[in-house]
Amino acid sequence: MTLPKRKFDTLVIGAGGGGLRAALQLAQADASVAVVSKVFPTRSHTVAAQGGMNAALANVSPDNWHWHMYDTVKGSDYLGDQDAIEYMCRAAAKTVIELEHAGVPFSRMENGSIYQRPFGGQSQNFGGDQAARTCAAADRTGHAILHSLYQQNIRSKTHFFDEYFAIDLVKDEEGFVLGAVVLEIETGEPLLIEARTTLLATGGAGQLFRTNTNAHINTGDGLAMALRAGVPLQDMEFFQFHPTGIAGKGMLISEAARGEGGYLVNKDGERFMERYAPHAKDLASRDVVSRSISIEVKEGRGCGPNGDYIHLKLDHLGPEVLDKRLPAISESIRTFLGVDPSKDLVPIYPTAHYTMGGIPTNKSGQVVVPVDTGEEVIPGLYAAGECACVSVHGANRLGGNSLLDIVVFGRAAGNDIIEFLKENPYHRRMSQDSVDQALSRIARWDQKGEGESVDTLRRELQTTMEEYCGVFRTEEILSEGLGKVLELEQRMSQVRLQDHSKIFNTARIEAMELENLIDIGVATVTSALARQESRGAHSRVDYPKRDDVHWMKHSLYYKENRRLDYKPVRTKPLTVESFPPKDRVY
Amino acid sequence: MRFKIHRYNPETDKKPYMQDFELEIDSSRMVRDALIRIKAQDESLVFRHSCGEGVCGSDAINMNGINGLGCLTRLSSLKQPIEIRPVPGMPIIRDLVVNMDQFFNQYRAIKPYLTVNDPEPEVEYKQTPEQRDKLDGLYECILCGCCSTFCPSFWWNPDKFRGPAALLQAYRFLADSRDQATTERLEELDGPYRMFRCHTIMNCVNVCPKGLNPTKAINEIKKMMLKDML
Ligand SMILES: Cc1cc2nc3c(=O)[nH]c(=O)nc-3n(C[C@H](O)[C@H](O)[C@H](O)COP(=O)(O)OP(=O)(O)OC[C@H]3O[C@@H](n4cnc5c(N)ncnc54)[C@H](O)[C@@H]3O)c2cc1C
Ligand code: SF4
Repeated sequence: MTLPKRKFDTLVIGAGGGGLRAALQLAQADASVAVVSKVFPTRSHTVAAQGGMNAALANVSPDNWHWHMYDTVKGSDYLGDQDAIEYMCRAAAKTVIELEHAGVPFSRMENGSIYQRPFGGQSQNFGGDQAARTCAAADRTGHAILHSLYQQNIRSKTHFFDEYFAIDLVKDEEGFVLGAVVLEIETGEPLLIEARTTLLATGGAGQLFRTNTNAHINTGDGLAMALRAGVPLQDMEFFQFHPTGIAGKGMLISEAARGEGGYLVNKDGERFMERYAPHAKDLASRDVVSRSISIEVKEGRGCGPNGDYIHLKLDHLGPEVLDKRLPAISESIRTFLGVDPSKDLVPIYPTAHYTMGGIPTNKSGQVVVPVDTGEEVIPGLYAAGECACVSVHGANRLGGNSLLDIVVFGRAAGNDIIEFLKENPYHRRMSQDSVDQALSRIARWDQKGEGESVDTLRRELQTTMEEYCGVFRTEEILSEGLGKVLELEQRMSQVRLQDHSKIFNTARIEAMELENLIDIGVATVTSALARQESRGAHSRVDYPKRDDVHWMKHSLYYKENRRLDYKPVRTKPLTVESFPPKDRVY
Repeated sequence: MRFKIHRYNPETDKKPYMQDFELEIDSSRMVRDALIRIKAQDESLVFRHSCGEGVCGSDAINMNGINGLGCLTRLSSLKQPIEIRPVPGMPIIRDLVVNMDQFFNQYRAIKPYLTVNDPEPEVEYKQTPEQRDKLDGLYECILCGCCSTFCPSFWWNPDKFRGPAALLQAYRFLADSRDQATTERLEELDGPYRMFRCHTIMNCVNVCPKGLNPTKAINEIKKMMLKDML
């Protein structure tokens, strides 16, 4: 069988906000761009983002990018790279304006400027009063941004491969990344897309956990593709649990609900966040609020017949705020809980939400790996968005900083790719080996016979991750968890599909997604077990303190031999003075 | 609960058929939950779905004769056996999955992007809250296709009639105080088919899972055309 081929200047894998922003930059520079997405672009999970996107526009409260930078460094629990953070915060205002010009229907202030709301971890003047920095289109900001970016890509004639599933990257002998083998879901046929650069923008891996705010498709495929290509994953132990998922179901209730004045109460009706974060209260950083909720429940102050959730109070906000500022959330609460936020308390619980770790990149989106003396770029390979780790979020991401991250670094990657294309005007010959390896991933699922099902293993993986790698962790629990995910990895080879058809075979796609999830699960637990401190979202009961002497460094996990390596945090910003680590109080 | 589900795999089936399934499931769950559970037993069942909360627009299907999203339709709201079919009028790929090309082609045809000819200012285009309010009920469309694939005018002329979803989006840009392509947009929609095939049957309004009103948008466009002519 000969493998059909298509050739483009540049390939973007992923059509969320990150991928589409990069594609737009490239298409407008007249590069031929192929965007591959396993779902139609506007179905990407960026569409679900609610609350908004941070930029110090100062439309509502005094603000500047330097304060935003401080909050982000502090929010990251000093694990974020300060050069990248400065770059992002400086670029934020311009990036939001570009989006507005692209058509995003932001909510408005009386004077016609963009509406901004307060979000967690935002302050004026380096830790002072609450800031209002989150630019919002009601509570449908992600939808508004994703659709506008797709629309502008239509205008720029970007070439879309909708419902194509990327299998693996292809390389040449010298390690240049030269495109990917993808599978057309409708026909079930593989296709080789050759490109001089490849950008991974495949989003997060929330499906690792049983209860999560992510979509069915958020299986971290790009992370696993990078691992298989020999690239390490950075800081995978840091997984964000969002304080307010709908209890037991996982749908998100955005931080915007608290930004607009909602707050949390325990079974005694106490506004308990006042105890944990006297100053910022309900708008403390997410890691802080999630831990506080877990403690309330553990100590018997949870709500409901089993005392296993907490209440979010919105009924005092009034119909004006609920209908105008939080319409989609109110609707979700009615649909999925059958309660009325204008009258009833809303049951919530911390829920797996965001992958802080990912593919290590520099601030141009180039994928970088350590060599003896420093770092080296993998030629032709880029990553942006939730799958990348620049790292601007460090150990804990601030709400509203991810939409910013994906657009800022999607754009930056686009710009760097344009340079790379100029310097590398010709396609290179790829290694047949790497193509064959990708094809063997598909062929593996043609094996017939009896075996365990994908569904069984996926469910076990998700419960294992939730039980053994959740909000609170210890050596003992993590070791046991690692044993369990490794056992799942073993059992994976015995899994068989019953459906061997070609046309729109989603069972086969889900099988390959599960392989990806298992690789990422092993990476996450391994990195978490090794890190003997508590920092940001990684909370070790047995090492309750942050340890800057030994652990202010990024972890790097390699698939081969499950090896861990570390690299220093970049504490030197581009132009301003460094923010040295301090105790983190809210 | 009892289900009858449309099955068709072109590789093995000569023609489509309905298959019975029984499932123990809490009737307060959604249709999507049931489909996922059925797929766990029979992995060959194929349907699209993703976010599970009604924002991605993947899982438009036809349930007991009415289009809707599987993830927002409560099982208890449906009479048993629950009949689940693909959305009507579109070429079927497999089971509940249809080819949506015509639908997206019509969307692309209305030039769904903000068009401004003036030089770009270094700040945002200003828009008052009242001007912005005009976009409410329009920009929220998730392109699920429930409306257009439930519209008889679209079934008969999917290549010529833009359909309710695309027309709603056409109006989303016409209503945007920032957009400067009004004349071109109105001209593009003129003629016997593109918009005027709408016979106000209102199926679109009844099935839109986001509570949007394409018929009203079409009326607004007609009013704008009239004003433009005068
Ligand atoms: C419910 C929710 C609410 C949120 N709210 C906010 C908010 O208010 N503010 C904020 O800043 N952040 C928010 N976030 C976080 C933010 O939305 C995401 O981090 C961000 O949108 C991720 O964008 P992305 O472009 O990296 O990936 P995604 O939007 O997830 O896109 C991934 C893309 O990759 C494609 N893809 C993946 N694997 C493959 C494959 N194997 N083959 C082909 N294609 C593939 C997918 O089809 C998709 O197109 C929220 C997240 C969630 C879950
Ligand atoms: S108008 Fe409503 S039914 Fe039609 S595509 Fe948009 S959201 Fe779906």
